[in-house]
This record gives sequence, C-alpha cells and structure tokens, in this order.
Amino acid sequence: MIEAQALTMRYGGRVTALDTLTVTVEPGVIGLVGANGAGKSTLIKLMLGLLTPTSGAVRVFGLDPLRDGESIRARVGYMPESDALPPDLPAAEFVTHMGRMSGLPAAVARERASETLRHVGLYEERYRQIGGYSTGMKQRVKLAQALVHDPDLLLLDEPTNGLDPAGRDGMLTLISRIGTEFGIAVVVCSHLLGEVERICDTLVAIEAGRLLRADRIDAMTTVQGVLAVEVDEGTDVLAARLTELGLRVARDAQAERLLLVPLESDRTYDTIMQAVADLDLPLHRLDERRHHVSELFAQRSGSVEEVAEHAHR
Amino acid sequence: MPTGEQIRQPAGVIHDIGYQRYNGVRLGRAHATRSLYVHGVRTVFGLGRGAKSKVFPWFAAAGLLLFAVVDVAVRSQTGTMPIHYLDLAKDGVLLVLLFIATAAPELVSRDLRNKTLPLYFSRPLERIDYAVAKLCALATGVFAILAAPMLVIFIGGAFSLDGGHAVWHEFTDFLGGLVLAAIIAIVDAAVALLIASLLRRSAVATAVIAGYFLLTAAIGGAIEGIVGGDTGKNVGRMFSPPSIVDGLKEWIFRIQGTDLGSFGPVYLAITLAMTGVAIALLFLRYRKVSV
Repeated sequence: MIEAQALTMRYGGRVTALDTLTVTVEPGVIGLVGANGAGKSTLIKLMLGLLTPTSGAVRVFGLDPLRDGESIRARVGYMPESDALPPDLPAAEFVTHMGRMSGLPAAVARERASETLRHVGLYEERYRQIGGYSTGMKQRVKLAQALVHDPDLLLLDEPTNGLDPAGRDGMLTLISRIGTEFGIAVVVCSHLLGEVERICDTLVAIEAGRLLRADRIDAMTTVQGVLAVEVDEGTDVLAARLTELGLRVARDAQAERLLLVPLESDRTYDTIMQAVADLDLPLHRLDERRHHVSELFAQRSGSVEEVAEHAHR
Repeated sequence: MPTGEQIRQPAGVIHDIGYQRYNGVRLGRAHATRSLYVHGVRTVFGLGRGAKSKVFPWFAAAGLLLFAVVDVAVRSQTGTMPIHYLDLAKDGVLLVLLFIATAAPELVSRDLRNKTLPLYFSRPLERIDYAVAKLCALATGVFAILAAPMLVIFIGGAFSLDGGHAVWHEFTDFLGGLVLAAIIAIVDAAVALLIASLLRRSAVATAVIAGYFLLTAAIGGAIEGIVGGDTGKNVGRMFSPPSIVDGLKEWIFRIQGTDLGSFGPVYLAITLAMTGVAIALLFLRYRKVSV
C-alpha cells in the first residue's frame, strides 16, 4: 500500500528530516513511531504530495503523489497534528464542507458528515460552533473531516495529542474500530510507543529520519519461554520455596514483586501452582511472558531509549 | 420493500447500523473547486455563520442599495438621475472598500490563522484551485453589491420611462454598469486578496487593505495638486485601484466632459498590469505556502 524507496527529505538543504528511508507497508492499522522530530509528519506530507522529496520516491496505492496527487488525495483522509479548525463554524457545517472538498456530491456530503460525526461520538453537539468544543471534541472533529469521504487510507498525525488519559483511550479505541470494523487502513503517528502498540498490527519505527524497524507486531512480541508469577503477598517465601524445588527464580528488574521462572517443561506450571497452594498465598497472576515491543526496540538499538522511555510513562 | 424483520422493529428506536462504506460517485477537482467557490461566496456575506460576520457585508450592501433607492425616488420626481450606473462605484467607493477590506481576510486570512490549509491541500483540489475559487468568490461578492443597486435603478427607471426605445437605451446603460462592476470586482478582489493572503490576522489584513486603497488615493490626490491641470488629474489617478478603474471607465465609455488626452490606453495598461501581477503573485503565494 505504501512504499518508500530511499526517501530523503532535507529542509533548506540543512535539516535532514528523512534519510534514505526504505520501507513497504501493507494495509492494516500501522503505528508510525519515533521521537518528536524523527520525520513522521514529513513522511505523511510526502505521501500526500504536500512536500516534494529531495531524492528517492514514495508510492501510495502504487501511485506517485507528485504525478497522481489528485487520485491519491481523493482516497486518503488526513488528520494533521496541529489545530486546523475554524472556531466559528458548527462541526456539521465544516465536516460537510470538507466532504464536498473531497469530491462528495453536496447532499451526500451532508448525510455522511452527520453519520461520521455520530461515529466519532459528536452527534448531539454537531450544530454547535467548534470554538466552544473541548480539546477532545476538536480532535474528534479533525478525525471526522478525515473520515467523511470514506477514504481507503487514514493518515493520523499524533491523534491523541493534548488529550487526558480517558480521552486517549477513547481516541485509540475509535481508531482501532476504524481499522478493524470499518475496514479502513490507518497510519497512526505517535511518539508514544506504548500507546500505538495496543492498537496496531504493524509497527514502523523511525529515528532521525532513518528506519529502525518495520514488522508485524506479532512477529515482534514472540513468546519468550518465561513464566511470570505474581502474588499479592509473600513473594520472598514463594521465591525461596521455588528455589528449593529446583527452579531458577529471578526478579523482574522493573517490578519487584514479579518472579520470572524459565519454562522448562509442562510440569513447571504445576510445580508453581502447587507451591502457591501449599503456602496458601494469594496468586495474582501466572502467565507466559511476552516481550514488550519497547524492550525489543531498546535491545536492538540503545538510541531508541527516548521512545521506550515515553512508552513506560 | 421492508422485510418482516424491519416491520417488527418498534418505531422511534435508533439502530446502530454500523459504519457504511461509500460506493457512490466521487466528483473530482472541478467539483471541489466549485464547492469552495460557493462556500466562499457564503463566507463573504457571512451566511451560515454568526451575526457578527454579517455586519460589514450587509452594511455595505444596504448602503449601496440606499443610493439606488434615493436615485430612483429623485428620478421619479425630477426626471434627472443624481447617480448614473457608471457613477455608483465611485460615489460608493468607501462602502465598496469597507466590503472588500473585511471580506478578503474572512476568505483567506482565517484559513491561515486557523491552519485549515493542510486540510484543503490534502484533498483533490490543487493549490491554484484554492486561489481561483477564493478570488472568484470575492469578485462575485463585489459584483453583487454593485449589480444589485444597479438592477434597482434599472427597474425603477424602466417604470418611469415611456417607449420601448427609451427602455432599451436604459437597458444598455444598465449593461454598461454591469461591465464596469465586473471590472471593478476583478481588480479590487485581486489586490485585496493578495494582501489578505499574506496576513494571518484578519484585523491587520483589513487595516492594510484599507490603508493601501486610501493611501494610494491620498498620494494620487497630492500629485494631482502639485502637477495640476488635466495631466495632474490623470497622473494622480494612476495609484489607487478604484481611481485607475475610474480613468479606464471614462475612456471605455467615452464619458463626456472629461479630458483624458492620450491617457486612455495607459489606464487600460495599468489596470491589466496591476491585476495580472496581483493574480500571479496570489497564485505564487499559494504555490509556495508551506503546510
């Protein structure tokens, strides 16, 4: 769906935003992660033909944004990072207008604007002026204007910016629904890895304009063969007992109460369960541990620490 | 035909039918440009927006209409026309300026300030389409506030005239007025929109547009005073957009009692050059603007 070939973008001949980026992305919910200034917004603008690359090329739906920009832009919805809404228009009016700008006939645009605003959860308020909306509502209007013409690809630049935790969750759930239920491919840009890994099936990580890694998320979070045990109390007693039973017990570096036990055979489960039962401890969790995506990135390159750090916050 | 399932559903219940993909017709760039133009004309007159947005355009329009009503009334009493079709824009120059200086920023400065441009340029229409649509919208607005009072004058005049010949003559005068209104609309819109397209703040853009029109008029007036005579008058009129068009008008319509000398073609050249440069710079502005 999206192919970048040695894509390079320099601003004013000095600032390098993208540096020979080569990546191919298939439809799905795609997380584009990287620290601020990594080149995420630049990549999106190149895909829309809003910028001309210094060298290299990008193709969207197999088309060149510089030559077939109109065809690409008719099938793409774009939600920019910054505020982009006129405060003195009602949301319904503005989204209708933007639907027409995307090629919808006048009456269809009005109908779809109402529908889209309902889908983003702004049905009741749609005749109020945007200026009176909260940040979360404005983000939803921005999403609605990108969705009104039923695009095949949505490009969302930091959609959770400025939202409180509840607003973030709501927005992420909505984006996830758009990708799965609505069947629209979505690229979500974020500097918060922990946020996008929850909803994406593919991750593209860039840093300083270079590709760090691009892969399906299930390929990144492979089973590690380690059991994580957590009890609400008596962690030390349990650790001692398990060691007695011949298991190699380790403490998790980040969570004190989490015991990590190598999964040696099927009997390891039973041994642990039996020990917990014998000691009469309240078991909180016992599961096979997966790599956190952020850890994977951190292992591959120390320089993504910033991204990983954000993810843990 | 409703199915049995649908009939059994109680009325008045909203069902979440889920997301519907759109498989209908998608109109391209021309449709988008036309829609932006219509949206622009509505914006110029503050339609679909709050009462505050309607104050200036409708004040200017009402003022010019008042000219027309007075004109018709005086004409029906005395038989003479205090304001001819071709004089309307000159006599109402401040109202036209008020209109254009407030409408141009509404059209383009707001999009800069609200950062709406990325939303437009990520859609099928091209950057030049945006500029064309906005320019046409502003020109349409100026044309409308001049053409409407002319229509009032024509209708009012047609009733007080006897004979088909007199009405025909009146009609050609009316048409002449419309041609002039169109020229003024394009010239003023190009200059005002270029200024507004460079400024984010509407109030500043209004001030600069008004300042430009008034200052060039003042400079022209000073030159007229210093040089004196018909030459002074003609040279003095070559700075402000409305007075340039006024000179052009006298030449095109061969107005009696004016001494243009050989300045007629010069007015035409200046009008074309000024408008052409303003439009070219406007297009360049939108080609270069970063989003």
